Amino acid sequence: MLEYALKGTKKYWGWIFFLSLIIFVGVLFYLKQFGYGLGITGLSRNVTWGFYIAQFTFLVGVAASGVMVVLPYYLHNYKAFGKITILGEFLAIASVMMCMLFVFVDMGQPLRLINVFLYPSPHSLMFWDIMVLSGYLSLNVLISHVTLEAERKSIPPPKWIRPIIILSIPWAISIHTVTAFLYSGLAARPFWMTAILAPRFLASAFSSGPALLLIMVFIIRKLTKFDPGEEPIRKLAIIITYAMCANVFFILMEFFTAFYSSIPEHIMHFQYLFFGLEGHTTLVPWMWTSALLAVISLVFLLNPKTRNNNKILVVVCAAIFISIWIDKGLGMVVTGFIPTPLGDVVDYIPTIPETLISLSIWAIGFFLITVFYKIALSVRRELLT
Amino acid sequence: MNENRRKFLKLTGLAALGAATGKFANVFAKEKLIRISSLDITGKKQTTSIGVDSKKRWAMVIDLKKCLVEEGCTKCVNTCHKIHNVPDFENPKDEIKWIWKEPYEQAFLDQENYYQKDNLKDKPVPIFCNHCDNPPCVRVCPTEATWKREDGIVMMDWHRCIGCRYCMAACPYGSRSFNWRDPRPFIKDIDPDFPTRTKGVVEKCTFCDERIAKGQQPACVEACTEKAMNFGDLNDPESNVRELLKENFSIRRKPELGTNPEIYYLV
Repeated sequence: MLEYALKGTKKYWGWIFFLSLIIFVGVLFYLKQFGYGLGITGLSRNVTWGFYIAQFTFLVGVAASGVMVVLPYYLHNYKAFGKITILGEFLAIASVMMCMLFVFVDMGQPLRLINVFLYPSPHSLMFWDIMVLSGYLSLNVLISHVTLEAERKSIPPPKWIRPIIILSIPWAISIHTVTAFLYSGLAARPFWMTAILAPRFLASAFSSGPALLLIMVFIIRKLTKFDPGEEPIRKLAIIITYAMCANVFFILMEFFTAFYSSIPEHIMHFQYLFFGLEGHTTLVPWMWTSALLAVISLVFLLNPKTRNNNKILVVVCAAIFISIWIDKGLGMVVTGFIPTPLGDVVDYIPTIPETLISLSIWAIGFFLITVFYKIALSVRRELLT
Repeated sequence: MNENRRKFLKLTGLAALGAATGKFANVFAKEKLIRISSLDITGKKQTTSIGVDSKKRWAMVIDLKKCLVEEGCTKCVNTCHKIHNVPDFENPKDEIKWIWKEPYEQAFLDQENYYQKDNLKDKPVPIFCNHCDNPPCVRVCPTEATWKREDGIVMMDWHRCIGCRYCMAACPYGSRSFNWRDPRPFIKDIDPDFPTRTKGVVEKCTFCDERIAKGQQPACVEACTEKAMNFGDLNDPESNVRELLKENFSIRRKPELGTNPEIYYLV
């Protein structure tokens, strides 16, 4: 089926070329990092995880959110999702690939990664995270391949694939749960050590992921003959609304526990995020933007009139995506390290090489999504050419 | 092409599964998180616990009344960093330290005791790896590149570490450092008796395991002319450390986290 990706319009090739250019620049900077070491990033002895791991965390959520279309379609036989389910699965595959790349570029000794498999350590959550992520990738590759192949031959998918699809549903929940456990099991970092981290991760994932999916549905509907109909769009909007409500609710619970209990080491991290600590206010404008976008988009989502207007909906989806990206992709990881276990407030700002390497991994993700969607739409003969 | 791809996927999948189950059995067979024996190139089983006395439990008792009688003393720090080839970076972002001094209030963030005598408040306290009995860094390491020896020393394998820095996130004491860049150009005189590290790995105090193996005291203990640092075996009721802990009131850093740190401070 890959041959479908090799034929395309000038627009298609232009986009592919543009992404390749960004990827190329990122690869050059990665080679520089490979030679010099991770000192090329803004990370330090005190803030040891930053932009890379934060992107990883955010994208695990996007990957897991594929379940929001898979579950209604396969478990509840909700036919309206028929056309977009494959898009959700492909989005999941591209996101897991990005996750793996972000972990890879964050390693001090990337060539030794094989040690994780040579010395399996079940007591380490990182071991489990690698296991569930590679499992989720395999499941989605298998499922999307088998179902699309069946669609190409105009036959129903084989019966044996159904239990595998059902397995992929709890598996999607597991990848983000284990990723939350990476953080919430650390006594050293009070900001992360909260039982609600996994539910919060899932809620934010199930709003930001489908929001991205919806944006892409709108884009390809404009560019191609693809038309899923109005019903799945309305349904996805409702899913996003529920998930976003849960997400905001969970964040408010975090605030209550921290501020009412008044335990300094719990309050300080939130202070750093929203008000700044000892004059360090790097994240403050970002976090308020995130909070504001969350509230505004929720208002528009809860009102059926605005939610059912596609022009407004697409902007709201972008707002939700940005809001949660700031929360998870900027604030969540770094703030676990600030203040440090010794009470120091140390700033972290990603460097230019670090940002370009990250951008290049995002470009790889979009490259994959483009190719996958091209294949899916070609199989269905929904392209304009 | 499809047929080949399927075959390839099946084969690699099975191979990975086989390797993983074999290793699992090995890991679960061990009761404690001690060094799992590893295969060397010849395929022979090897354990690296040479010279480890499993009956001992090494610990340190630091008498803060004796420490820093001399203003600005950093003898323990200098000696340790010199013999262990710890690099000296100008940029604090790249900093690596095995032992250093931190004001009392920061070393003991949880000890909010107001109106103390001024001499304790800002007093620099030597801090380093606590060699915890229940080390979170060991728990989180995905490759067992850091592990607890039978005698309690939390060790590092600089050749196995993949540089994921999970241990640094898990350590509640900030005791671990990472080689953000090649450290070798920043070591003033390289001591040929001790390995230098490479970029991309984590390092920390190892309680001078290389000296303990020879029956010597850790270098910081020997360097301290005030005899403020006392190293010994907690399992021996007659040992110097047990005597000191019996006779004095001691505190530890963040014991409430359940890590059971083995560095005791007399205040």
